Amino acid sequence: MIENMPSPDPRKPSAALDEARLRQQAIGVRLRQMFDDVVNEDVPDEFLDILRRADEKKAEQGS
Amino acid sequence: MSVETATRTSRDGADDVGFKRELVQLIPHLRAFARTLCGDATAADDLAQDAMVKAWDARASFQMGTNMKAWTFMILRNQFYSEKRRSWRQTQLDQEAAERTLVAVDDPEAPVALDELRQGLAMLPAEQREALILVGAGGFAYEEAAEICDCAVGTVKSRVSRARRALHAILDTGAYDRDGASAGDAMRAILADAERLSTAR
Repeated sequence: MIENMPSPDPRKPSAALDEARLRQQAIGVRLRQMFDDVVNEDVPDEFLDILRRADEKKAEQGS
Repeated sequence: MSVETATRTSRDGADDVGFKRELVQLIPHLRAFARTLCGDATAADDLAQDAMVKAWDARASFQMGTNMKAWTFMILRNQFYSEKRRSWRQTQLDQEAAERTLVAVDDPEAPVALDELRQGLAMLPAEQREALILVGAGGFAYEEAAEICDCAVGTVKSRVSRARRALHAILDTGAYDRDGASAGDAMRAILADAERLSTAR
């Protein structure tokens, strides 16, 4: 039961842990980059058009 | 604009203008989050647009000054899962099995290829993928991610850490789909191996 826990093996050499940490960092950098690539894309005009229409709808409806 | 209209909307109108300005600034982030959920760019933009309109329609229930980014992400996420009625939970892979296959790579600092990362992410259980994206890429604190995903902070922490380990394992074993063929084959082989090992104990 206990041996099945996903905790790191205490006997694992620290070099392996360092390596895993570096690898995680490389993955993390890429992950942020992947996200930011989309954030930095130009927003299609469609978005603002839709928002403008929603705004106008509100203005017409009053309430 | 009539006098009544001006009076009626004097406060609401000012709030709406501020809300809209903030919402417009969030569009790029909503698109990015949607892209990680949908994969397909067109479907993602549809989702982001739906979320944007839903946020706009629900603006009265938003408390100005609170975290609008987290609020809109929550709307987008709810929208995604309400559309996706398919049982995504059942398609989850055995995470621990994937983690047990973790192996070292020649150069841990070697850049991670974008396609591989995308495919690796696609193999993660949805709840782990979104937790990792929110915290690891979206810049949310665990507490905010927990709010967005409607779960406990500890749950988010555990999902993020499991996602990190699994992604590491998937990328380093090359279990992602290399040539556009059947994405899960390599992963299934790994999982079968791990399954055999774990039942043998």
